[in-house]
Amino acid sequence: MFGPLLSKAITAKANKTGSWRVDVKPKFLRKDCIACKMCVLICPEACVTGDAKNTYMCDYEFCKGCGNCAAICPKKDIAMVKEEEK
Amino acid sequence: MAQENGHLFGSGHTACAGCGQAIAARLVVDVTGKNTIIANNTGCLEVFSTKYPESAWGVPWIHSLFENAAAVASGIEVALKYLGQKENTHVICQAGDGGTADIGLQALSGMWERGHDILSICYDNEAYMNTGVQRSGLTPFETSTSTTPIGKLSLGNPRPKKPMPEIAVAHGLVYVATASAGYPQDIQKKIKKAISLKGPKYIQIHVPCPLGWRHDSQLTYDIGKLAVETGLYPLVEYENGKLTSVRKLTKIKPVEEYLKFQGRFKHIMSSPELIKQIQAVADYNIERYGLKMEVAASAAVPVTSQPKA
Amino acid sequence: MRELLEGSEAVAEAVRLCKPGVVSAYPITPQTHIVEGLAAMIADGKFTSQFVNVESEHSAASVVLGSVATGVRSFTATSSQGLLLMAEVVFNIAGMRLPVIMTCANRAISAPLNIWNDHQDAITVRDSGWIQMHAENIQEALDLHIQAYRIGESPKIMLPVMVNMDGFILTHGLEVVDVPTQAQVDSFLPAYTPLYKLDVNNPLTFGPLVDPDYYMEARYAIHQTHKDVLKLIPLVKDEFQKVFGRPTGGLIEGYRIDDAEKVIVAMGSVCGTIKDVVDSLRSKGKKVGLLKIITYRPFPADAIYQALKDIPKVAVLEKAVSLGSYSPVLTEIRSAFSKPEGSGLASYSQSHGKKKSPVISGFVIGLGGRDITIDSIKEVYKRLGPKPISEEYIDLKPELLEEHI
Repeated sequence: MFGPLLSKAITAKANKTGSWRVDVKPKFLRKDCIACKMCVLICPEACVTGDAKNTYMCDYEFCKGCGNCAAICPKKDIAMVKEEEK
Repeated sequence: MAQENGHLFGSGHTACAGCGQAIAARLVVDVTGKNTIIANNTGCLEVFSTKYPESAWGVPWIHSLFENAAAVASGIEVALKYLGQKENTHVICQAGDGGTADIGLQALSGMWERGHDILSICYDNEAYMNTGVQRSGLTPFETSTSTTPIGKLSLGNPRPKKPMPEIAVAHGLVYVATASAGYPQDIQKKIKKAISLKGPKYIQIHVPCPLGWRHDSQLTYDIGKLAVETGLYPLVEYENGKLTSVRKLTKIKPVEEYLKFQGRFKHIMSSPELIKQIQAVADYNIERYGLKMEVAASAAVPVTSQPKA
Repeated sequence: MRELLEGSEAVAEAVRLCKPGVVSAYPITPQTHIVEGLAAMIADGKFTSQFVNVESEHSAASVVLGSVATGVRSFTATSSQGLLLMAEVVFNIAGMRLPVIMTCANRAISAPLNIWNDHQDAITVRDSGWIQMHAENIQEALDLHIQAYRIGESPKIMLPVMVNMDGFILTHGLEVVDVPTQAQVDSFLPAYTPLYKLDVNNPLTFGPLVDPDYYMEARYAIHQTHKDVLKLIPLVKDEFQKVFGRPTGGLIEGYRIDDAEKVIVAMGSVCGTIKDVVDSLRSKGKKVGLLKIITYRPFPADAIYQALKDIPKVAVLEKAVSLGSYSPVLTEIRSAFSKPEGSGLASYSQSHGKKKSPVISGFVIGLGGRDITIDSIKEVYKRLGPKPISEEYIDLKPELLEEHI
């Protein structure tokens, strides 16, 4: 029987939203990070990961460049840089 | 089942960059965990997270219509009870501000009044964002929306926010709280508290919306905090009808600090008279909930200048 | 075992025997005795079920949507305004392929407000995708509820079923009925095993947003499933007869139509009255019969075509109207004869000079509970002439129409 239309869990990751970034992206400096995880908590795209000091990183395939991780980081260890910067 | 990095609300959804509701939705379900079933009303969250055939949800999730999540959740809860599975399963009924306080209020009131063991969440971005920023019952006073536009004869939304938390308290719920995307840990603390209690619970989460509030996507977190720090969005908790906690503010900021970043308040920022009216809303909350942190005389905060003799 | 029961009680017994785990209830005359009956059984421990007193019919339907989506057989009942208030949910339930079973105690639609019987309520949601069956009497109402679960929950069907019974006439009438044993029902009706459900061990997303690339097939699939339902219902009727010993159900029932020159087509309790008139006219040599439509959705066009193609004159007697157009069942029966032969649906063409074509006339009767007497039916019989009548109201009071505001 065809239908009803149901979606499997966690399949949105097929949709790479990283292409949404236009001018800036977060750069995790990994210098003064105290592993407070606030960046993980605030990321609307659930794409920041890490497990110890100076190990946190976002997944650029999904990051939309909103900048809230940089805003929340208490140690200013995340900088918003131009998209082109390596 | 969760995403590799453990989140039960995963990447790839199509929320606008900096969406406060996406932040809050993940914080909620990450706390309630995999044994959670969510009934979700129509709205931004539903639309940007479940465009077939993809879904951002890692837990069983159902959307039926715009106003019946509370009734659908009630059906889920009693079905789980019948199956003897309610004990270890959290049932959540969630919606936006319109889906909660306007079109969904009747079903919600019924669910609350029947005493179902369900956590209801309202993601309050203060207007109907999915349809293009139309005014809802939780749109703040004098806010510009597409259906309360600013014009020669109009200063925007003529009515104050519907007191949804008080309406919830009046239903005799076991737990009612307000929270904000500007305080992510506080959201998780209150969710954890709520799901530890049996019976109907309500948590209203203030979630800034870059598109609708017309602010920079990077400011979602800061603006969320400013709403609280100005007294415009008090963070409170009620248990069984009694106010049990208020987030006190050591330094209360003037409302301009909050308004100035948002295009929806641009017309207010250009008029001291209007700013005063918004300040009055904040002052009312400050006074009513005692938001000002009373610093005891002896424990005075060290001041740089010498106090007068 | 045989009992003298009110129609609502008989339905409550049938529902109890089907053991739904969730019942949602909101009062509306004339269905309320059904949910009251279930509440009493639960209160006395005769029936274990989660009974939810909701705050509106919109929620009554939404609660059972949620419980069936969680894999638990459920029940609710409504009428008239309640059905229209929940109409949004009714369409949604069918679209999500959830086999919710609901009684509709048929009642007129406001305005003007009227609590008595006609079929205008169920007709308004005929396009919703729900299977719709109509009971002629209380035994049928009881039996059709048991069959409804069997049909709706069939793995290849998975569609909601609305069992229609005429408000007051059947819900409040009394009849001696056979109430089956639990063993009989259990042998006929297996436990509900869902193909998909809200399950923390197998998380799925129900009710997604579906764009133009995916939407159409979902609707088409429901329509195709209705064609499977047309095949299933007669089989369920036969199996029901083996277990319960009576031939309730099926798509249609012909009563003395084989050699009939005039056949009256109708649904619901009026069929009993028509059968009496058929018998009395037959005793006077008049060749007349009744075609009773039991399954209204899916619409049994082929069965109706086969039953009526050799009948010279047909009167469709309807307790419903489609304001601004021909009556609903009349329209559908005429269309059953309008397709070219062999195109899946039956073929007919009165205007295209097809030789096998009854003259099909349409009559509106009994709106808002206006009494349908033996004479009313005889009037219909008399009116059936060589030329088709498209729309005549039987027992209308022209004098009332003279009053002006």
